[in-house]
Amino acid sequence: MVRLQTEAFDPGALLSGFCQGREETGAVVSFTGIARGGAGAVTRLELEAYPGFTDAEIERIAEAARVRFSLQDLLIVHRIGKIAPGEAIVFVATAAAHRRAAFEAADQLMDYLKSRAPFWKKEHGPDGARWIEPTDQDRSDAARWD
Amino acid sequence: MVRVLLFGRLRDVAGWRERAVDPPPATLFALKNQLTAEDPALGEALAAAGVQAAVDRALVRGDTPLAAGAEVAFLSPMSGG
Repeated sequence: MVRLQTEAFDPGALLSGFCQGREETGAVVSFTGIARGGAGAVTRLELEAYPGFTDAEIERIAEAARVRFSLQDLLIVHRIGKIAPGEAIVFVATAAAHRRAAFEAADQLMDYLKSRAPFWKKEHGPDGARWIEPTDQDRSDAARWD
Repeated sequence: MVRVLLFGRLRDVAGWRERAVDPPPATLFALKNQLTAEDPALGEALAAAGVQAAVDRALVRGDTPLAAGAEVAFLSPMSGG
């Protein structure tokens, strides 16, 4: 399931819910991305999506990972709008029969979300605002899975 | 008429997020040329590396015809997570 939301979320509660009723799963891996404050340099992040496009692209990325890693289930929750340092931005959980597939799927999903999912991220701080664009590292991380 | 949407830093460069272009240009490249003629700074930003275009919410590469009523989005390099 893929969910974009403006509201803050509790990653622990999401993980507990995701682990319920999984007698046949074996392995659940989760990742939580948290907004960094940059020692006062960042007062808030602003994340924008393109409604009807961003959700469809992430569904496509999720479906490809589900097939590639034979996942039993996955959950992606991504914040949009204004986010304060210390708040969770993204939560990814994967469920598979064995741990390797669950780890790799979560890793790939995060690499793709960083540089291939249609989000635009602006950092606001005391010195003004700047757009965050993917780094060469982000691009080569994602390319590992091509 | 085609609807044009800008995302990321393109919006700051242009000073708008959405506008209608009427009459509709025949192709994506014709639309880009028209926007560039009206605002060279936006034209330069649209030509920058990593900027992509979507027509009716599907990514397109290269030129493509535009139907009347199309929604064209210009997308700055994407960054989530």
